[in-house]
Amino acid sequence: MSAVRPAKPKLELDPIVIRKARSLARKAGAPVVKLARTHTTVSVERAVLRLAGLSGADHERVPWVNHLVTAVRDEVGLEHGVTTPVFDALRRGEAPDLLTLAQKSAAGSVSFRLPQGRGLIAAQSLAMRSVKPGMARIDKNRATRDRLIKRHGDPLQRPWIYLIVATGDIYEDIPQAQTAAREGADVIAVIRSTGQSLLDYVPEGATREGYAGTYATKENFRLMRAALDDVSKELGRYIRLVNYASGLCMPEIAALAGLERLDMMLNDSMYGILFRDINPIRTFVDQRFSRQIHARAGIIINTGEDNYLTTADAIEAAHTVTVSQLMNEYFAKEAGLQDWQLGLGHAFEINPDIRDSFRMELAHAMLARQLFPKAPLKWMPPTKHMTGDVFRGYLLDGFFNLVGAMTGQDILLVGMMTEAVVTPFLSDRDLALQNVHYVINAAGGLAEDFHPPRDGFIQTRARLVLSEAVELLEKIVNDTGQSGTVPLLQAIGDGTFGLMKRPADAGKGLDGVVKRAPGYDNPATTLLESSLLEST
Amino acid sequence: MTTSPDIIRPYGDTTGDGMVQVSFTLPIPHDKRAEGAALQLAAKMGLAPALLVHAKAIGPDFTFFVVYGSVTHLVDLSEVEVIEREFPLLSAKEVNAAIKKRLRRKLVIVGACIGTDAHTVGIDAILNIKGFAGEKGLEYYSELKVVNGGAQVLVPELVALARSEKADAVLVSQVVTQRDAHIHNTMTMSAAFREAYPAGQVPLLVVGGPRFEQGSAGKLGVDRIFGKGTTPGEVASYLVHAITERERA
Repeated sequence: MSAVRPAKPKLELDPIVIRKARSLARKAGAPVVKLARTHTTVSVERAVLRLAGLSGADHERVPWVNHLVTAVRDEVGLEHGVTTPVFDALRRGEAPDLLTLAQKSAAGSVSFRLPQGRGLIAAQSLAMRSVKPGMARIDKNRATRDRLIKRHGDPLQRPWIYLIVATGDIYEDIPQAQTAAREGADVIAVIRSTGQSLLDYVPEGATREGYAGTYATKENFRLMRAALDDVSKELGRYIRLVNYASGLCMPEIAALAGLERLDMMLNDSMYGILFRDINPIRTFVDQRFSRQIHARAGIIINTGEDNYLTTADAIEAAHTVTVSQLMNEYFAKEAGLQDWQLGLGHAFEINPDIRDSFRMELAHAMLARQLFPKAPLKWMPPTKHMTGDVFRGYLLDGFFNLVGAMTGQDILLVGMMTEAVVTPFLSDRDLALQNVHYVINAAGGLAEDFHPPRDGFIQTRARLVLSEAVELLEKIVNDTGQSGTVPLLQAIGDGTFGLMKRPADAGKGLDGVVKRAPGYDNPATTLLESSLLEST
Repeated sequence: MTTSPDIIRPYGDTTGDGMVQVSFTLPIPHDKRAEGAALQLAAKMGLAPALLVHAKAIGPDFTFFVVYGSVTHLVDLSEVEVIEREFPLLSAKEVNAAIKKRLRRKLVIVGACIGTDAHTVGIDAILNIKGFAGEKGLEYYSELKVVNGGAQVLVPELVALARSEKADAVLVSQVVTQRDAHIHNTMTMSAAFREAYPAGQVPLLVVGGPRFEQGSAGKLGVDRIFGKGTTPGEVASYLVHAITERERA
């Protein structure tokens, strides 16, 4: 039953260079982790309240978690965490439960305080007791997933076939997702509505309108997971569900994903900063907490390296993908994720008019495969050079699939010939799946036969990209402006990654960042970090 | 003497054969009836004779068809009307090259949502490097300097920001609006700019949003209005066009 993993490609990379790359990534990442440990954000605090069971929104669709965090922040600040004042207020009988407290706080009729002494201990212990059931539900979901995978089975082949649905209406998405699974998809991603990553709240309920995608909400997660459970049973194959954590609400969406048993989440350590102009510190704090939850929930993260190649030349920027993968790996492992949870991304975006473009794609894909042998790599299809000529696009997708098959990729996002034209027709999706099945069936075994010759084009290209990645990491690590600054933040502020300068004191969501006080308490973090200790 | 004819037909492999190929899906199971249905559709589309070269079931409820055939329709070139937008659509490369050539410096764009509107989705889709509809946002253009003021920017703040950045163009987005707030906000904004700058030196004022009426730019005191579905490339192309026009004037 278990998938036969193709033999590892042989690139003959220098193990010393690989070790150096990893140690530089650690060096660049460690000060950022320190920063993440000493700050919190409004979204982290809201996520804790969600784990404690608070959900719903007012008549203007402002979530109660937003109301409660704002009220606490206005009165006593968030430096000590939201839970201490909140559960102290419950203990003092300000309201019988969290929901009522949030409603009253929205009306301004609750007074919060920072309890001292015994009151403090009691509030913190009540907070812990209240967050535990949420965490237990995440644990239970993980066990349920394991059980269902055992019962229904994993896909028979690698790579797993990843398809996207995006209608804007969850009730349209459901039959489309089920059809896609019946046609052979192993992983279903529900694309979010344009711009959700920049909302500083998570919408509520089942939603029927979105632009170019469907809102990520707790209820939409639940509905889709239930529908895929039905179809998993029908097909005898566990169909995985993907959504997107990246953006201003990473911690909350991660919590909801754990609570509703999603299986994979898009979660990139720097995407929000570079491509969405979200404040760097906000992103790193949110990212760490969200990844700790993913780790606990047994969720596979997907990182967003494709974005580096669509915004810059895919040959010149090839090494930025490697750097991003190494940073994503460092931050992920620090947050407790295991190798099998690291769906590091890369993409087929080299201009097909360039000579040897396919050989370079092979070299880059093999480099990723060899640097991260145990990670379920996510291989993403051409988008930038899809011109509207659907026939040419279909051929390009075939070559993309071939690289995926030859280099042992694990998750293959199915390319559509209608990329940049229309949302795919039913028939386009069917044709795309025929393309994938043909290539995997005809050439999947090539990974075993194909060994690029020593010091040939492919080996040389891969080595060059790796050495450029090491150079860039060195540049980042040495980017010390004033003393006491964090080199990675400095580098991001200097525009070292691609085109954009993103200073640490600007960007969206900055006002939601709070420095922790010495007495900061967060029962979710306590639980997440203790489970981390147990597992190591 | 030969002149090119006004009446033409599609070209398959012989002049005048009228051959085209189409593919489509019908929401019925694949059987003889489905194939007949596909041929009926082809005939109604003007394909005669039509050749059904491929039919395949997509699941139990759908069938995919490929049809080749000769279309009976004629194309009359004398009746073709070409509607051009007032500016040509340029690639990012062409935009950058044009700015380099005309301005010899970066073109500065200040963007914001004004009034109470906190919905930055429109302005972000145009400005953020992530972009929209497969097109990169204006931040992606090497010759554009983009300053995103964010949401709920007050008009005086916007004017001050445009001044301090020496903006060539100001982009304002109005997504959510009640009681014509988008019109009121836009007119306040354009009036403030006219007051703050000497005549002829006001930055290009561009507004975008789903509720603006096309053709009302003059009334609102702005240079251009963009509606729903506008892509960053269209905005960039317009800016190049408008800057060029200004230089000429």
